[in-house]
Amino acid sequence: MRLIRVCLFVLLAVEVLLAFYENRLKDHYVIIPHVLQGLKALTKCSVLPPGSAVSVLKSIFQDIHVQSLMLAERSCVYNILISLMESKEEELKGLGADFIFGFVQSVDGERDPRNLLLAFQVARNIIQRGYDLGKFVEELFEVMSCYFPIDFSPPPSDPRGITQEELVLSLRAVLTGTSQFAEFLLPLIIEKLDSDIQSAKVDSLQTLAACGLTYSHKELAEFLPGLWSSIRREVSQTASERVESAGLSALSALVSCLSRSVLNSDSEDVLQVFLSLVLKDCQHHLCEPDLKLVWPSAKLLQAAAGASYRASLIVSAAIIPALLEQYNNRTQCAHRRTLLEVLQGFVQPTALSRPADGEDSVLVAFQQSLCGVVFSALTESSAGLQVTATRVLSALGQQPGLMAQTDVEKAVDHLSRLILEEDDPKLSSAVVECSGSLAHLHPKAFISRLIPRLKEEILSGQSDAAVRQRCVTALASVSSLASVVQESTPVLLQVLASAHTGSCGFSVEEVAAVCISLQKIAEHARDSEEIGRFFHDIIIPHLLGLCLQAALQTRDAGHSSPLTDEAVLSAIVPVMSTACAALRSESASRMAAQAVSLFLDGDVSFLPENAFPSKIQLLQSRAESGGLSQLVCLLMACVCSLPRSVEIPEIDRLLLQLEDLSCTCTHLFSFTSAAKCFAGLVNKRPAGEALDAVLERVMKRISVELENTSSGQRTQAFTLLLWVSKALLLRYHPLSTALTDQLFALLSDPTLGSQAADGFGVLMSDCLDVLNRGCHADVRIMYRQRFFAENSTKLVQGFNSAEQEKKSCYLKALSHIVSNLPRQVQLTELPALLPLLLEALSCADQAVQLSTLSCLQPVLLEPPEALRNQLEALFSRLLALTTSPAMKVRIASLQCVHALSRLPEHTVLPFRARVLKALAVPLDDKKRLVRKEAVAARAEWFLLGSPGGR
Amino acid sequence: MNSHQQANRFTQRELQVIMSGGTRLENANPLIFQRSGDRLLTATDEDEDAADPIDDREIFDLIRSINDPEHPLSLEELNVVEQMRVNVNDEESTVSVEFTPTIPHCSMATLIGLSLKVKLLRSLPDRFKIDVHITPGTHASEDAVNKQLADKERVAAALENSQLLEVVNQCLSTRTM
Repeated sequence: MRLIRVCLFVLLAVEVLLAFYENRLKDHYVIIPHVLQGLKALTKCSVLPPGSAVSVLKSIFQDIHVQSLMLAERSCVYNILISLMESKEEELKGLGADFIFGFVQSVDGERDPRNLLLAFQVARNIIQRGYDLGKFVEELFEVMSCYFPIDFSPPPSDPRGITQEELVLSLRAVLTGTSQFAEFLLPLIIEKLDSDIQSAKVDSLQTLAACGLTYSHKELAEFLPGLWSSIRREVSQTASERVESAGLSALSALVSCLSRSVLNSDSEDVLQVFLSLVLKDCQHHLCEPDLKLVWPSAKLLQAAAGASYRASLIVSAAIIPALLEQYNNRTQCAHRRTLLEVLQGFVQPTALSRPADGEDSVLVAFQQSLCGVVFSALTESSAGLQVTATRVLSALGQQPGLMAQTDVEKAVDHLSRLILEEDDPKLSSAVVECSGSLAHLHPKAFISRLIPRLKEEILSGQSDAAVRQRCVTALASVSSLASVVQESTPVLLQVLASAHTGSCGFSVEEVAAVCISLQKIAEHARDSEEIGRFFHDIIIPHLLGLCLQAALQTRDAGHSSPLTDEAVLSAIVPVMSTACAALRSESASRMAAQAVSLFLDGDVSFLPENAFPSKIQLLQSRAESGGLSQLVCLLMACVCSLPRSVEIPEIDRLLLQLEDLSCTCTHLFSFTSAAKCFAGLVNKRPAGEALDAVLERVMKRISVELENTSSGQRTQAFTLLLWVSKALLLRYHPLSTALTDQLFALLSDPTLGSQAADGFGVLMSDCLDVLNRGCHADVRIMYRQRFFAENSTKLVQGFNSAEQEKKSCYLKALSHIVSNLPRQVQLTELPALLPLLLEALSCADQAVQLSTLSCLQPVLLEPPEALRNQLEALFSRLLALTTSPAMKVRIASLQCVHALSRLPEHTVLPFRARVLKALAVPLDDKKRLVRKEAVAARAEWFLLGSPGGR
Repeated sequence: MNSHQQANRFTQRELQVIMSGGTRLENANPLIFQRSGDRLLTATDEDEDAADPIDDREIFDLIRSINDPEHPLSLEELNVVEQMRVNVNDEESTVSVEFTPTIPHCSMATLIGLSLKVKLLRSLPDRFKIDVHITPGTHASEDAVNKQLADKERVAAALENSQLLEVVNQCLSTRTM
């Protein structure tokens, strides 16, 4: 009861207040601002009595002249309109055309961009919510269109942040909102297209394109010839890509609007009429002997054809035969290439012109001759022409019905020939790409023709390394379907096997390249369970078997196989981890069980060619150095990338063994891999007592080893510490702080300091083979920022209190941390760190210099205020580094000097002469890459402060 | 003194040419040539110890992106400069560049030559002797232009004229499109 009474009371109060304010509008002008403020507040009230909206508006429109009010009061009026339109739409519509008239009158002459945005919003509401414009259509259009095209440059220190873009878009929404404006807008657009100002042209064309969405052919019909000739002129004469692309999309919008229109039985087909106009004006340019205006015309035709299926039918029927004939008549490769490139644009359907289900591709009629032209181009001697031909071929292959079975086979033969014979890098990458896209649709032809031929070539042992490399890349690129993978991967495995036996003389680099190809194929396992299963059943056991064989053979016979090389093993790791990461539940568990039993118990039963000794111990560091223990990286690849839900059997025994191996092994690759594997497992282990026990044990062991300064195994302990810290840091484990503090303490260690500093690079960057999101590791977002926020003060304090010769380790650690932070964070943190970074630039360590430069360079593009006071120090350090002995440092410092030229002129002009003199030296650098940067930087500095420069 | 006056005359004439050329295009519809791609990186480029001598392609890369004074195109796209018309000898520190105006009466020839010369002066070490001239037989007043470009003092004096320097700088600034 009380609530209702309160409401009634409010209602009454509102009514009284409204009446009071409406009366005060007639009062002295001094109080009008306050009255409007009051009304604005009242109209926001949800319980306006019925009829009040009309009376408020009537009194505003009658009693005040809006444009003679001040800025803030005008804004009040628009806000009142906006809130009344939200709450009292029905009442306002009842006002009919009076409302439109009132609005037009109050807006007429508005100049402030803030108020214009509000006014445009009111107008957009009027149009979109179906207010009756009555006889004021033209008035409303006039009052809005006088701002078109908008030319607004915000004041330099614009606090409101209104952009030209915002104004343009909201005005465009008003102008193109209703087809009632068409008869006024279209002539205006044609007129504005004549303007000399580029942004006006672009705006007009984009507005026209927006019209295409709301208009029908009736509104457009009368203006089509005028619009077409303007668009054609703009596209063919402009030098600006923006105008060109705006023109093309406007044309495309017009055509798709015409294609949508419903025809009367007696009217002619407007689309047909318009397109014949376009064809008449453009077609002959395609046939002129010097092919001068080919591109503008071709782009126009392609834009028209791409607008709808029907349009592409009409255009293709006229253009394709002409192009094909031209192609056959020309003999110069350059001309043929141009024609083929034009053809490519017509062959590739756009999203709008794609045939619907049941419709044939528009090119079916020309299928034969198109294939003929492409095949003939593939046999030409010009690489450019061949590249274009491969693109057309993939476009043809993508569309059903355009290539018969025999054509596909012919295409595959051409592609295999090109892979084997052509050594132009651009061409071979185009061929590989084309094979990839065709193999996805026509796997059979590739299985029966391409793969056997490449296999023969790779394994013949006679071809040179470059050809074999191309074959391997091609095999990887065609293998996207399970059926192809089952044929292609055995070939690659065979390569690895023969590299192991040493029969074909494969180098280590080649073997690593084969592994990279295998990894590319493994990536498809994510999308296809069948490929994943194939990798699980065949590829991974084979790879494990081969590596094990190679390791055993090296141990027993002393014969060294490429498969024991660390580079090759590191390349095999991503193959296995990519495949394992894609395994689904059941096969994933099986994989875990198999890998663990192999490495813990020497169970070789799932490996092929079971000829291994029964008792092999892979995780024993003492037994044999290096040879077998380095295979632990394969264990990491298998078990650390499985989904988190998979339970690893015997995990405690496994962790203990890994801990032992990583602490006692003397072989760098082995103990690092063991530490990574340990970390990968710890990262995924659910929190709880079991995990705590493991961590407690390992932390104790690490501390003991590290404290014993005479111990020979401090590096091992440090490596384990580093990786476990990373594993815990990523998942925000509470113990991670204790571990990273230990790392900070090691920075002042006499032997491990430098390694510890580099360790921060490992900590902050993404690791490729373990502990990343691809491996399903537990990685929290923004862990870097958090780490930085918690630890930056420790680092600065450590730096300040460290002895002089230890300082460089702190600087190195800092530059590793900062350079891995996202740019936004760098910018905000830089002022505090700038003195330290400048210090780092004069530090003798090249790695520190390089990483500091690389984190400074992006910051210099948008320099913070703090930098301005440090320019003197910055310049002298950067210029000194341009003659550093390390090439990368020279390049990076020159890039920084280049970036500095973009600072406000008055701040850097005093340094101009000095910089120009200093940059004359690297112009004569012995390395070309350095000279290139020096030339670029010096050119910019010459332009600085010079007339016509900047 | 005498040479300085001469230099000033050259500047005045140049300016007239620029003013008259600015109002209308002499060759409104030139043939456009394809841009060559970026130089491919080789293993020696990355090798710290190997020295890379300055070669023809490197000089060509310096000048190919210079803007034409009257078209929104680069000298390479207009075929005004070609790699085969660039000769460099790193050991003897000499560079010779021939350029081909698009039409035989091109009034912009001197300006293009000047831009080429300035670009090379700014981009090459001091030790180089830089020779920029018109491809023989491609321009009506070939000798006069060549003479102007070969005269060090005239070039230096021309660059002291701020209006001329402005046009040259515009040709040399990197395009933003």
